[in-house]
Amino acid sequence: MQAEADNRELKDKVEDARKKKATFGEDIDLDKYPEASKDIPKVDSLTDLSKDEQATLLNAGVIPSEEGRAGSFVFMDETVVHTSVKMPGVEVMPVSEALKKYDWLRDYYWKAVQPDADKYTARTFEEQADGYFIRALPGAKVKAPVQTCLMLKGKSVAQTVHNVIIVEEGAEMEVVTGCSTSKGVERALHMGISEFYIKKGAALTFTMIHNWSEQIGVRPRTVIQQAEDSTFINNYVALKPVRTIQTYPTARLDGKNAFARFNTVAIAHPNSELDLGSRVIMNAEGSRCDIISRTITTGGKVIARGQMIGAAPGIRGHLECRGLILGKGGVQIAIPELEARVADVEMTHEAAVGKIAQDQVEYLMSRGLSEEEAVGIIVRGFLEVGIRGLPEALKREIDLTIEKTSVKGL
Amino acid sequence: MTMLELLLMLEIENLSVEVGGRKILRDVNLSVMAGYTNVLFGPNGSGKSTLLMTIMGFSGYKVTEGRILLNGEDITNLPINERAARGIGIMMQRPPNLVGVRLRSMVQVTGKGKVDPEIAAKELDMEPFLERDVNVGFSGGEIKRSELLQLGAQNPCLYLLDEPESGVDLVSIEKVGAKVHDMLRAGSTCAGWKMQSGKAALVITHTGQILDFIEADRGYVMCKGTIACSGNPRDLLAEIRKMGYEECVRCKLKLTTVN
Ligand SMILES: Nc1ncnc2c1ncn2[C@@H]1O[C@H](COP(=O)(O)OP(=O)(O)OP(=O)(O)O)[C@@H](O)[C@H]1O
Ligand SMILES: [Mg+2]
Repeated sequence: MQAEADNRELKDKVEDARKKKATFGEDIDLDKYPEASKDIPKVDSLTDLSKDEQATLLNAGVIPSEEGRAGSFVFMDETVVHTSVKMPGVEVMPVSEALKKYDWLRDYYWKAVQPDADKYTARTFEEQADGYFIRALPGAKVKAPVQTCLMLKGKSVAQTVHNVIIVEEGAEMEVVTGCSTSKGVERALHMGISEFYIKKGAALTFTMIHNWSEQIGVRPRTVIQQAEDSTFINNYVALKPVRTIQTYPTARLDGKNAFARFNTVAIAHPNSELDLGSRVIMNAEGSRCDIISRTITTGGKVIARGQMIGAAPGIRGHLECRGLILGKGGVQIAIPELEARVADVEMTHEAAVGKIAQDQVEYLMSRGLSEEEAVGIIVRGFLEVGIRGLPEALKREIDLTIEKTSVKGL
Repeated sequence: MTMLELLLMLEIENLSVEVGGRKILRDVNLSVMAGYTNVLFGPNGSGKSTLLMTIMGFSGYKVTEGRILLNGEDITNLPINERAARGIGIMMQRPPNLVGVRLRSMVQVTGKGKVDPEIAAKELDMEPFLERDVNVGFSGGEIKRSELLQLGAQNPCLYLLDEPESGVDLVSIEKVGAKVHDMLRAGSTCAGWKMQSGKAALVITHTGQILDFIEADRGYVMCKGTIACSGNPRDLLAEIRKMGYEECVRCKLKLTTVN
């Protein structure tokens, strides 16, 4: 009876949150976006998808042959189109299925992200959105990355997704997620809830590539819950044009000696607005974190936020936001925030925004390079710092985008 | 002397230069003949690096009077990369850090893909540095070797070397000296220009140590932003060792009052 009452109370709260604006980012009118399709045909193999769709996957770092991948999950609009597991130690399935399979999942589902946080979480909750459930079994060192793709296919639709990742005690796993828009889709909206749980001594490397298009709105809501001695590394890459992204993933370090690192690499093209934050709440002794952001504007607006909260002794953290302005009309805003609640913490930040350093460009020109080539190399180097450690194939993809961008950026 | 030997590669005519609104060089006259190595002495702050940076064409070095000629062509207003394309290469005293750019890729792009970074680095004991970001955290001597490595890949005709031996330890100086020697003597198929008589260099040195490795043909002494004196480089160095730079200034004053 109590559970039912609690349930009703939550439902009421979420209903009240239907119109609740988010703290940051342009407010999006959800009524303009009908729910995306739930019945797209499934495929046994990703190579059964159309050539265009396979190309879209590849561009977002998802390999259709699934070679060198521990498993795959592909979500189109609101349909799970494909799931597979290729290596031991890992489970990949729709979260809807996992909820039926595991009663205990109720203790994780909607427990890190609040359903009534804003209108986007409310909509996702009310639609009972599906998404991926990925779990590394206790002690498993998953040999290759699990890949997932969230694709927008329908025109003018809203896609809601709800993902859960659990890395059990002592396990290690890497997940690569590509988000993209299929050919021909102009205007659409993506809302994604992600709840990650990294248990004692476990490690998760999560790489997200955003490959949206000019008229797409994106509102991810991500919370990472970390236990003792756990490690979380987040790589976020957004280099393609998009209308608006507002995201503020938050890692809660609740166990002793946990470590979180956020790397962000993004380019704001003309008419793009990127409001990208990373937050680490260090609640336990000996927690550490690094937040590194490298952003470029070629005419759009970038707001690089970063927040570190130190609430226990022996905490160390460093936050670094650097923004480059290429071309005209772009805006860079860096907002680093440090909050210490006890004395014994060491938290530092650096922020710098501005144009490319002339002495560096001229140094390269004195070696015979044209100004364009020199700028390209410096821009690549600038972003390189944010993507060190990414798989080579992904880096090549990123290099191609940068090549195209810096030429246009002048 | 044959006509070929008389060809001037670099000519500086009545050059005056402003940096940050301050006049640093006045009425500088200097030349380097094709195939020659000339050295530039002078006290700290006299304007030696300013002259090299101006010849390369870096912004912030404003030519207010005079001209710079390369093989007879006026390059005073050419962009930096076009000067590089015509065969000028510089080893800077204080090059900037290139964060995120590895020395390996710098050697590759400078050598237009035709230079093997491994082989080039080996000569200068720089292999461990190929994966490091250019100049970031490099020690003084490492910067010199990294600059030489890049210059070797660039293969210019006119080398502008700003204190190549400074900060280099006694063992590395052998390698640095040998490298400079080789570069200056290397075949005449250098970038941008088809001169047969070899390469030219303008080298700044305080100690003259580099003179043990290269044959210097002519020396210049810069004082207070202008050339005070020129002559045999070894004689000049001996003179400076004995008398200091004060004497150069006095000597120059005497000359100008006589004129
Ligand atoms: N940006 C600047 N603004 C003002 N003064 C400058 C600037 N750059 C150089 N100078 C001045 O110009 C003068 C010449 O400097 P330069 O570096 O050419 O000397 P140098 O002969 O190479 O000395 P050193 O032997 O110490 O390397 C110095 O007094 C220096 O302080
Ligand atoms: Mg100097």
